[in-house]
This record gives sequence, structure tokens and C-alpha cells, in this order.
Amino acid sequence: MTSVPLTTPVIDARGLGRDFTRVSGPLLRRRRERVNAVHDVTFSVAPGEIIGYLGPNGAGKSTTMKMLTGILSPSHGRVRVCGLEPSRQRTLLAGRIGVVFGQRTTLWWDLPLRDSLALTRHLYRVPAADHAARLAELTELLELGPFLATPVRQLSLGQRMRGDLTAALLHAPELLVLDEPTIGLDVVSKSAIREFLLRLNTEQGTTILLTTHDLGDVERLCRRVVVIDHGSLAFDGDLARLRATAPTPRTLVVDLAGPADPIEVAGARTVRVEGPRQWLELSANPAEVIAAVAGAHSVADLTLREPDIEDVVARLYSSGRAAAGAPRREDPVSG
Amino acid sequence: MVERALVPYARLAWAWCRALAQYPVSLVLLTLAQLGATGVELLALLFVFGHVDALAGFTLHEALLVYGLTGTAFWLADLLMGSVERLGEHIRTGSFDTMLVRPVSPLVQLATDEFSPRRLGKNVPSAVALATALGALDIDWTPGRAAMLVVLVVSGTAICCALWVLGACVQFFVTEARELANALTYGGSALSEYPLAIYGHGVARAATFLVPLAFISYQPALYLLDRPDPLGMWPHLRYASPVVAVLLCALAAAAWRTGLRHYRSTGS
Amino acid sequence: MRVLLAVFACGLRRYSTYRVATLSSIVVNGVFGAVNAMVLLAVFDARPRINGYTAEDAVTQVFLAQSLIGITAIFGPPLDLGGRIRDGQVAMDLLRPVGFVRWWLAQDLGRAAFALLSRTAPTFAVGLALFDLALPADPLRWAALAAAVALAVLVGFGLRYLYALAGFWLMDTRGVNAVAWLAGPFCSGMVLPLVLFPDPVAAVLRTLPWAALVQVPAEILLGRTVLPGGAAGGLAYQAVWAALLLALGAALTARATRRVVVQGG
Repeated sequence: MTSVPLTTPVIDARGLGRDFTRVSGPLLRRRRERVNAVHDVTFSVAPGEIIGYLGPNGAGKSTTMKMLTGILSPSHGRVRVCGLEPSRQRTLLAGRIGVVFGQRTTLWWDLPLRDSLALTRHLYRVPAADHAARLAELTELLELGPFLATPVRQLSLGQRMRGDLTAALLHAPELLVLDEPTIGLDVVSKSAIREFLLRLNTEQGTTILLTTHDLGDVERLCRRVVVIDHGSLAFDGDLARLRATAPTPRTLVVDLAGPADPIEVAGARTVRVEGPRQWLELSANPAEVIAAVAGAHSVADLTLREPDIEDVVARLYSSGRAAAGAPRREDPVSG
Repeated sequence: MVERALVPYARLAWAWCRALAQYPVSLVLLTLAQLGATGVELLALLFVFGHVDALAGFTLHEALLVYGLTGTAFWLADLLMGSVERLGEHIRTGSFDTMLVRPVSPLVQLATDEFSPRRLGKNVPSAVALATALGALDIDWTPGRAAMLVVLVVSGTAICCALWVLGACVQFFVTEARELANALTYGGSALSEYPLAIYGHGVARAATFLVPLAFISYQPALYLLDRPDPLGMWPHLRYASPVVAVLLCALAAAAWRTGLRHYRSTGS
Repeated sequence: MRVLLAVFACGLRRYSTYRVATLSSIVVNGVFGAVNAMVLLAVFDARPRINGYTAEDAVTQVFLAQSLIGITAIFGPPLDLGGRIRDGQVAMDLLRPVGFVRWWLAQDLGRAAFALLSRTAPTFAVGLALFDLALPADPLRWAALAAAVALAVLVGFGLRYLYALAGFWLMDTRGVNAVAWLAGPFCSGMVLPLVLFPDPVAAVLRTLPWAALVQVPAEILLGRTVLPGGAAGGLAYQAVWAALLLALGAALTARATRRVVVQGG
């Protein structure tokens, strides 16, 4: 199964682990205990891949991200990013990767976006001509034109994210690390960001590693996903395989005219009832189920809810790690 | 050093100046407010000398010399390095992480964060005090002494910068300790605004050997005035400011590195 | 009233979570108190009596002033109200069925109550441990001091409430705050007791509200009778300023409310 990568991997993590000392209890009887935030994580990313790094909150995603970018030094194992050791060569690495934290901006709040980007050029020491060319290109792709002169604090979330992406890409990094890049964005902005990332990846070959809670991001962008849970690698492989190993049904939320007994229709199972509202787990084509429900009951409203990453990962776990065949080592590289 | 720290420092500081220039009225008002903040301290000193002719043997103009040297050093350091005191806040909000993923020293980024020329306002009262004192005092000006004045001011500023960084480093371990750092920085400046002799031997020794505030203004003033130390401390201490500055900066650099290593191994 | 008690408790709880910050404040107040006290000791060493003050009186005022920083918030923090006016959330506050001034006052009293226990008392204890303070034996004078401190809190709130309200009319209140945090400590007699100011300056400052924050409580503690009526006169002075500031605050709130309603926030 193990495929030998043809080129040097952009990210190569072997047995990566991070312990924290947690201090708890009252002031005088402090207890110190070692907590394993990330444990024995091994994966590698080839140039040109887009990898979704997924997992529930507190699973160890951001700890891993911090180790990959050199913010945090690992306590076990080793990691190479762009051939460098992040914790020792952080500054050198910083010049070769781009990092975007979705929840906080790297731009300067009071500066117009254009000034913020000019400052970034100095920080990364990009030659002026390269900067101008790349800024022009990114301005066109991300449609920055209308708000280049606007101070960052006045930008909408979507505009700010586009600005942050530009700032992270002006020095033409080999690897783009994105932490929740679409969090809080509206549908249009989300899709604009996703299309841009795809183009960046196909046209310029930029490797992308992203964490997200948005299954839409993963479906549109990532062929391969790495799932981490309770600090350990739970899955590494195709998105399609993840779905197959942990099939997660969609949910139909039905608002009836009034409280009623649980709905019984073919192709769905009622999992929750709350007054006039009922939750149905779908196992068949939603259209058929909706038709059946509408035929049998007087329906006030219907919502179809896509499963999110949490659901998929929860499934992966509830079905048992062994049963799901969590391919931890057998399938280190795919795609 | 120049290329890795000073050039990015200058560029970042300049960018902030340009950004603030967009709000000129606010800039002027805030500069005036900063001027007032240190101005009231000078006023208090003047009021005190309205009641007495000398404090511990230091006349008004001698006290103004000490005040001027302290203010110049502390507030220049505040301009250059003052922003580092917000380290804890940057750690709590996560913006310190964004500094770590840029290819420029996080200390430079931290020091230039919201760099503002308005802080120069704080320097105005001490500059006036220094100029008044130097003009009024009967100082034996030789070329060596004139050159030494510059060296002493630079050393004092370096000592204060180091104190600011040391205060910030505590926040690597206790992120809420910003005010504790203020006890060292602002408390230190308050203490050394007056000739150390007025505090007596115990405090003066602590401010010489424990926290070397004496080398910011008191010992330099003794050198410029060419007078013996009323506390009777070793007379050669007055030449030690540059050495103390280098040592304290080295200590601050080591503390910064230790703090950064701690941060990167705890990720708190 | 029940609502206001809840708001008070909330303010108290909120500040009690900052343990390290509290400890730091005590250290900072202690350091500044010690430096100020030592400077004044040197002054009184050169001249033992200035305008009726002795060295002990001056040092006592220094530590009373440092102790009052936390409780009257002379140096800030500003009320959260300023921030809520800036980002427009104040419109929601105005809709609450509780009087607007009372709401913020209750919250600030919660903060002050916590500061009294956590900052004021320990800072004063630091002063007692390091220096000889002039403390009265008369319990009546302590009672008067307690009343004076309570009124100082009200005056402090009244001033900060007005600073925050300026946000309704000014785009940028940073300037107001900067001037306020500067004028407060200086005019109140905290940086230097007003008795050491040149007489004409002191005379003017004694008519302004800031004197009610430090100078008047200090003189009540020291049993000095600068104001007619002694301690009672001092308390009356504070009470008049507290009432004036709160009334002005209420009147401006009403105007600001109309403004918000008309402009829609």
C-alpha cells in the first residue's frame, strides 16, 4: 500500500507529539499533570496537494498547526516543513510559508489595506517589482480593487479574509497554512475563497493545508483529509473513503402544524421530537422522504441539514476505530 | 543585526507614523496629553522646590538635571520599546502567534506595534528641564564631557529599554502581569526623577546594585556636576553607565530568549 | 432594587476574577506610594511644617491617595459605557427597564466594593507597614472617613460617567480620556498634596470636583479644618459635587437618548 513519494514532501511529520503541563486545583494544593495534546501523529504532504486537517474542537488541530509553523516546539517526534525544522528555523521557514488564521487578522487594524500589504512586503523582503506584479495579480483574482484604500477595521469579514490571503501570498510561499479560512463568512464569500484557493493550487502548484469545520470547504477543496481526534491520528485518506467508512446521514428538520407522534416514513428515522419540530435521519433520497412526509402530515416548514465535520468524526469514532479501519500507517500518502 | 532588526524596525515604525498621520487632530491632542502626563510631574517638582531651597543637598537646577536625564532616557525608551509592555495582551488574543509566523524578530514587531510619535510628547518637559539645567549650572564643559553627555544619555536610554523588555518578559510566564512590569518601569522612572541621595542609603544601594536605576541619571549627574556622592558610594561608579547598559541589555536579551523558549514549549 | 443588586453583584464578581492583576495593582500602588512618601519625607526634612502639614500628614495622604486609586478609579478604567457608545450597543442598554445612570452606578459600585477589599485595604496596609502614618484615635473621625470615601466613589463615578457620555457627541473619546486621566490625579491632590501647591492654584483646585476624590477625604482623616464646618463641611462639599455630577449625567443621558432615538443609533 505504501507509495513512495516522488518528490520531497512539503510536510513530513513523524511521531509528532506535544505534552502540556496542566496545573489545576486550589492555590495551595496545586496538582501538575502531563497532558498529551498531540500524540504520535505521522503524515506527509506532497507538493501540490490540498489537505484538510480535520477534527473536533480541542482535538489537537491547532497544536499541530503551531508545531508545523514553528510557534510551538514539539515534545516528541520530528517534523520537516519545506525541508526545514520549524522550531529551530522558524524565521527562515516563515519566509517560505504563508499562514492565515481565520479568526484573527495579520493585517494592521488602522492601516489602509494597501499600506498593510506594503508593510508585509518589507517584512518578507519581497523585491518591489515582484511585489507589484503579484499584488496586481492577486488584486484581480480576489477583486481587492474597491477596498485597497480602506482601513482594515472598516472591511467586512469577507473582504478582510481576502486581504489576509493576499498578505500571506505576496511572497509566493510554497505552502499555505489556513486555519478556518471561511469561518463566519457568507455563502458568496465562502465560494469566492474556495474557487480562489483551487486556482492557486492548480495554476501555481501551491500546497495547501487547511483546518475547517465546514464540510463544504472540504468537499470543494480536499481530495485527501487527515482526521485527528483526542490528539491522535484517526484517519488519513480520500474524502470519499472517509464518507464510506463513516457514512453520515443528512438530517431533515420538519416543522409540523402542531405536536404529533414521531413521523414514520420509509427511508427515514425520527431521532428527536420537540413539540411541533421533528428531526429525521435520512437513509434514502431526500426528495422521496420529503414527498412522503408532506403527503402524510401538514407541514409548516422543512430544512435539510448537511452533516458537518463534527458529525462525520463522531461517526468515525462511534463505529469504532478498528471497525472503521482507521488506516493510521497503512495509508500515509494518497492522491 | 542592522539588516535583521534595525531595518525592519524603522520600516514598521514609519508605517505606523504614516497611519497615524491620517488623524492629525487626534495625533496633536494625544501628543499634548502625553506632554501633560509628564508635565505634571515636573510641575510637582517645581512646586516642591517652592518650599525648600535644596533636597539632600541638591539645588533646584541640579534636581532639574537629574529629572531631565531620567525623563529623556525613560521616555525615549518608551518611544522605542514601550509597546513591549503589551506582550501579555498579544499572547492572550493570539496576535503574538501571528508575529511568530513572520520572518522578522517578534521583539521588533512587538516594539513597533502601534509605534507612535505622540510619545515624544512625554519627552518635552524633560528636554526643557535638561536644557534649563545645563544652561543654568556651572558645568566645566570640556570636549570629553560634552561627548560623555551623549554617551550617558544613550546608555541611560539603553538601560531603560532593557528594563522595559525585562518587564515584558515576565508576561511570558504570567500574562496578566502588565501592571507588575509597570512597577519596574514607571516606578523606576518615578524613583530616579529625584536625586537618589534623598532616599537614603538602603534605597540608593538597591537602586544601584539591584535594579541599576542609578546609572540612568543619578551617577551621570554626579559626573556632569563633578561633585562627590553625598551617599559616599564608590566614586568610579559615575563612569559605569555604558558598561551597565551593555550588561543589562545582554540580560534582557537572554530573558527574552528564555521567555520565548518557554512560550514555545507551553503555547499558553 | 433587586435588579440593581444583581448588577452590583455582577460587577463585583467580574473584577474578582482578575487575581494577578489585583496583586500587581497593590505592588504598583505600594511602589508609587513609597516613592512619593520618600520624596515628601525629604521635603519635610528640609522644612518640617508646610501650610500646617507635617511629614506624617503628607505621608498619610500619599498612602490614602494610593489606596483610593482602585476604588475611585482616578486612573481608569473608564466605564465600559464608552465602548458601548462607540459600537452602538448602547441603544440596547437604553431599552432596559432600569434607569440608565442607576444601572451603570450599580455596576461601578460592585467594582468599587471589590476594590475596597482587594486593593484599598492592602495598599493602606503596605503604607502602615513601611511608614509612620498619622492615624486618628477618634472613632467618629474614622466614620467620617468612611463616608468621605463613599462620596469619593460617587464623585469618581460621576466624572467617569460624564467622560463616557462625551462619546455621544465626539467621534473619538481617546482625547477626552487622556486629558481626564491626567487632570484627575493632579487636581485631586494625588500626585502632590494640594497644600504643597502655590496658594492661588490650590485655591482654585479646591473648588473643583477632583479635590473631593483625595484631598478632602485626606483632610477629614487628618482632622484638618480647611473647609468651614470641618469634617462636616468636607462631606458637604463632596456631597454637593456628587449630586451635581450625577444630575448633570442624568440630564445629558436624557438628551443623548433623544439623539439616539432620532438618529436611530
